[in-house]
Amino acid sequence: MNTAVAQRLAALAIVTAGLFAWVGSERAASRQTGSQRVVVTYWEKWTGDEMQAMKHIVDSFNASQSRIEVRYLSISGIADKTLLATSGGNPPDLAGLWGDQVVQFADAGALAPLDDLASKAGLSESTYKPAYWNEMTYKGHLYAFPSSPGTSALYVNRALMPPEYNSAEKFPKTLSEFEKFISKVSKKNNSGGLETAAFMPRDGFGSGSWPYLFGGDFQNGNEIEVNSATDLKAWEWVHSFAKRFGVRETQSFRSGFGNYSSPQNPFLSGKLATMMDGPWFSNYIRLYNPKTDWFVVPFPYPDGHPELAGYTVLNLNTLMIPKGAKHKSEAFEFIRYVQRQDNMERLCTEQFCNSPLSKVSEKFLNTHPNKAIRVFDELARSPRARGPVQVGIWNQISQEMGNAVDLMDVGGVEPKVALDKAQERLEDEWSKYREQVLNQ
Amino acid sequence: MNTRREQLVGVLFALPWILGFTIFLAYPLVTSFYYSFTSFSVLRPPHWIGTSNYRELIKDDVFHQSLKNTLTYAAASVPLATVFAILLAMLLNTKAKGMAFYRTIFYIPSLVPMVALGVLWLWIFNGHYGLLNEGLGKVGLPTPPWLTDPAWTKWTLVLISVWGTGNAMVIYLAGLQDVPQSLYEAAEIDGAKAIGKTWHVTIPMISPVILFNVIMGLIGAMQTFALPYVMFPGGQPARSTYFFSMYLYDTAFQFQRMGYASAMGWVMFAITLSLTLIALKLSSKHVHYEGG
Repeated sequence: MNTAVAQRLAALAIVTAGLFAWVGSERAASRQTGSQRVVVTYWEKWTGDEMQAMKHIVDSFNASQSRIEVRYLSISGIADKTLLATSGGNPPDLAGLWGDQVVQFADAGALAPLDDLASKAGLSESTYKPAYWNEMTYKGHLYAFPSSPGTSALYVNRALMPPEYNSAEKFPKTLSEFEKFISKVSKKNNSGGLETAAFMPRDGFGSGSWPYLFGGDFQNGNEIEVNSATDLKAWEWVHSFAKRFGVRETQSFRSGFGNYSSPQNPFLSGKLATMMDGPWFSNYIRLYNPKTDWFVVPFPYPDGHPELAGYTVLNLNTLMIPKGAKHKSEAFEFIRYVQRQDNMERLCTEQFCNSPLSKVSEKFLNTHPNKAIRVFDELARSPRARGPVQVGIWNQISQEMGNAVDLMDVGGVEPKVALDKAQERLEDEWSKYREQVLNQ
Repeated sequence: MNTRREQLVGVLFALPWILGFTIFLAYPLVTSFYYSFTSFSVLRPPHWIGTSNYRELIKDDVFHQSLKNTLTYAAASVPLATVFAILLAMLLNTKAKGMAFYRTIFYIPSLVPMVALGVLWLWIFNGHYGLLNEGLGKVGLPTPPWLTDPAWTKWTLVLISVWGTGNAMVIYLAGLQDVPQSLYEAAEIDGAKAIGKTWHVTIPMISPVILFNVIMGLIGAMQTFALPYVMFPGGQPARSTYFFSMYLYDTAFQFQRMGYASAMGWVMFAITLSLTLIALKLSSKHVHYEGG
């Protein structure tokens, strides 16, 4: 190769690298469209039906005015990417994170408080069902708004019910009645293996939150507490299912469960007669086994404690504005649009969710694709509705409790010992979190 | 062109790689070493805490368990995959008809993305509907709960590791084809049979290839992530499949403890480097290079 060609090639390589660098460094949040609209970059986790539902709202917002254009981007691993983009000073204007990330992101200083904007827009505590409002606020500040929420309730496969349990009215209301129901409905096959289990507390939505059912918690004041007497009672109850059906048999039976979003889902395949899940599950029934005849009931409450009735676990998809977002007020315009009752009800209808708003129209309740939406709506209003505890180590708590129950169910460890071990580890985690994040 | 200009042109050509290496590899390496001595939640500036992260690792039960899981997996999967890949390569080195077709067929599995592979194996190892248990049951063998019993889960992953031996197999095949035919002929004259020829000619002649594949396999096994992450979320059951890299990922991104995760990364680097050096040292008497 002669010198001139070599020099030209080298120059070309540098120019190409420069071009990549220039294109790559274009800031995601500061683009203008040809029509000079401000572009709001919106990162969201959804794909499929849920994405389409939100895209309808985005399209409708973009068509409703000429100043702002929201661009929906479906992002996998959205929490990690939002975290890194925020850290790098180039976050999206809007991020569709989960409600249980509010505290962790707020503690890390990654979220912009939205109190002032909300107040000016007339969005306040009374706009929302209390349990959702609690999940959106942290240490007196509002950090997120709901997009589509959920609550858990018990789905019942009517075809597997004996006549005495085959309607919501006849279904057990207390745990002792539920125990009898489990004995009656669970079935073994000829070889002695489980064919149908009436219920498995470790499967379905909210399977890590059982202490709430018994009035327990994961926290005591400012301290983490997962081994109180009430917690022990709750996890012993969970463990009792493995003992009842047999540890090996339960393992074998559960290993036959297919994917959640498939016809082999244990409820849809008839392996589980009942399962805790959110309102969105009716969409999966529609997709994967539409012939299923089902109804929904609130989960039975502990005997002698009617005040504990109305147990439900919250799920919350949120809209948050990361700190450093370039178009905070424009992003909030979109949030405000989503919070309008008509838009919220459209979104929640298309995503098979209940509404987070305190006001719900009869049209929404009557035309919702989940026929049991009133049950979910009532549960969302229950004073017993609970989301994750508001501590920044919720991920660690979830993982540790899952491990503790594994140790009880398959490791032969006594519940008290397993919980004490989890407590010890979580105390250590919490202490480090306070020292390294909260007090830094 | 004078030497100086030649050097400049050379550097300019290498510049994209130098930039890429510096920005995407050297800089993160150096900073992660620094972060390993800090508490760093990604979103706030790192705070110097000295060797605290390393001292915490010594007491961390989950770290110990994830390390034990990883080492167990590596100790079982690397020899198994090595033996399997060598046997496969030897079979594919015979002069049978349609060998190119068979070589392609046996290589294809290593092209399947890990996530797709994970979902596929979930079905095969499914305790109730799985193809494997169906077959085992038919011949009267026990049908273990491969995916839900902590005693079996790691071995499930070890078995699966054999599936991805295609890359190693191709390298062994190249090594086998490089063995001079004259050595086999000499061995035959000395009365060696198939096993003797394999043991005294083939294995010594491909020993550098074996060493290379064992070291690469070891490094890969120590970093195993995608398959257990897809098949056993959270390392369930009872953290029996919680591998080192999964714990590192959770620590960095779920628990937002990037400083601690960096310390874990450096410990893993030290362990992998030590194991590699040990492998090199132990192999010095058994690996034969042509020409000395």
